[in-house]
Amino acid sequence: MTSIIDSGTKPLGHRRSKFSGEKTPQALIFLILIWACLAFSFLFLLILIVTTFIDGADRFTLDLFTEYPASSPDRAGARPAIIGSAWVIGTTAVLTIPLGVAAAIHLEEFADKRKWYNRVIELNVQNLAAVPAIVYGLLALAVLSLMGVQNKNIVIGGALALGLLILPVIIISTREAIRSVPIEIRQGSMALGASRWQTVWRQVLPASVPGIATGSILALSRALGEAAPLLVLGALVFLSFDPNGLLSGFTTMPIQIFDWTSRPQAGFQELAAATSILLLGLLVIMNGLAIFIRNRFQTRW
Amino acid sequence: MTLVKESGGPASAPGRPATAQFKGRKRYGEMIIVTVLRAAAILTVLTTIGIVLALLIPALGFFREVPVTDFLFGDRWAPRFADASFGVIPLITATMWTTCIALLVAIPIGLGAAVLLSEYAKPGLRKTLKPILEILAGVPTVVYGYFALTFVQGTIFRDWLSLETGAFSVLAAGLVMGVMIVPTIASISEDAMNAVPQSLRQGSAALGANRMQTSIRVVFPAALSGIVAAVVLGVSRAIGETMIVALAAGNQARIVGGPLEEGQTMTGFIANAALGDSRVGSLEYDTLFAVGLLLFLLTLLINFISIQFVRRFREEY
Repeated sequence: MTSIIDSGTKPLGHRRSKFSGEKTPQALIFLILIWACLAFSFLFLLILIVTTFIDGADRFTLDLFTEYPASSPDRAGARPAIIGSAWVIGTTAVLTIPLGVAAAIHLEEFADKRKWYNRVIELNVQNLAAVPAIVYGLLALAVLSLMGVQNKNIVIGGALALGLLILPVIIISTREAIRSVPIEIRQGSMALGASRWQTVWRQVLPASVPGIATGSILALSRALGEAAPLLVLGALVFLSFDPNGLLSGFTTMPIQIFDWTSRPQAGFQELAAATSILLLGLLVIMNGLAIFIRNRFQTRW
Repeated sequence: MTLVKESGGPASAPGRPATAQFKGRKRYGEMIIVTVLRAAAILTVLTTIGIVLALLIPALGFFREVPVTDFLFGDRWAPRFADASFGVIPLITATMWTTCIALLVAIPIGLGAAVLLSEYAKPGLRKTLKPILEILAGVPTVVYGYFALTFVQGTIFRDWLSLETGAFSVLAAGLVMGVMIVPTIASISEDAMNAVPQSLRQGSAALGANRMQTSIRVVFPAALSGIVAAVVLGVSRAIGETMIVALAAGNQARIVGGPLEEGQTMTGFIANAALGDSRVGSLEYDTLFAVGLLLFLLTLLINFISIQFVRRFREEY
């Protein structure tokens, strides 16, 4: 049986329907207004980027990468923050991605949707996605206090807070990737005698890897820019050592930017802008990678 | 016979029915795997329980010392002074100012962008414009905070417009936060507008309406519950946003009477107080969680409203 979409003829879209009276003054003013909305947003983004570059360009030097924070802005750099960000985001990825994918597979492939407890889990994931980031910081703070940890600003604590923050995002995007695999693939696999897990592991998961990768990279890029939950853990900003393990104290780029921004000296403001350039650059690369994976590897069924 | 392919909908919609019962011998290895998967799903519920307990226990400790009525209705917030006072009203006024200003920016701009993308833009144009708009949501909030403090407040308000304002204002924080929320509102309301059936637009065009009239009088009302859901989600993001207000709104907890004044929001207080390194079990430490609990309950309530609206607009067609 042929479907409408497969046969090549597209259903008539509204953009083909004929509207009359498009050139009346009100209609033109409306058109200008809605274009202005978009133009304002883009202009804002442009000004944000340009002013950050102007402020920070002078300090965007090799020193930013090699020097430690100091009381004088001339000698300060963001080295521990850059290494700390790498540690925290790496740990977050290792902790969260397998967990999120596992939860998504269960919800999408194994859970019986008619059971109330599975619906509770679904509703709960939706709700978690809208909990303010700073609340996850309070959660991590309470958990670490409960475990009797004295210094709460450790890599594993930060990764815990950020991981719980992005877990719902990873679950939701993984579910969408799994759901876009047609049911015929599963039926075919099971008709050949594969079990349900074999079907998921050998057919469904490989087919949804691009979608999962895209969603995970976007979630990690959100975690990379997030400062609020880490601030609650009592962020250190004057690190004179490189974070080197899960129990090591740390600072991250957003925390370092926050600290420098809230200082009065102009030199620190420039450093904050320079670190922002680095952070924005990293985010652009991560987002670009996500878009590339989506366009290059995603299967059209 | 399938006419139209099933496509991936939003994760909230009930998915496909679970695949039919598999007949065959019991595979114990698989039963273990499925149990592990189920444990991962249950962990998400444990997270919520963890949040509630983590906030509730210290908050109860707080409310043993400070009556709930003093907390909710007191108009002086001074947790660190010798004559400490824990009235949360000043924090709430600042939160309301920044949230309202943000929504005044985000709702019109977000909806305008959504109408443009859904009703006017050709598919190719839409495919380029939408990702650019979504970059706005990806900019770290601490960078927005820096921008609000230095450029919006420092350069525009004080140097160019010579407004009578100090180093901080709820206006600068709210304006920038509004732009941050634009993609949230635009993208959800665009989905809602796209879900409106073509037949309604064609009917409207057949009656001689132009695109503007169709958008405002037909598509907009038909997509209203989705649009409301988008706005409600925007409110929840504005209330929970921390770094922009922590940097640009100031940190003096006073009742805010005008947009050019500075004020401390609920999230701003948590961020600032956490920097102060308070001892576990002290009243100051518990105060953090009392405010956190209020924030969590507020966003939870708002989010439930949003989910209800989303559900309504999905069932309509």
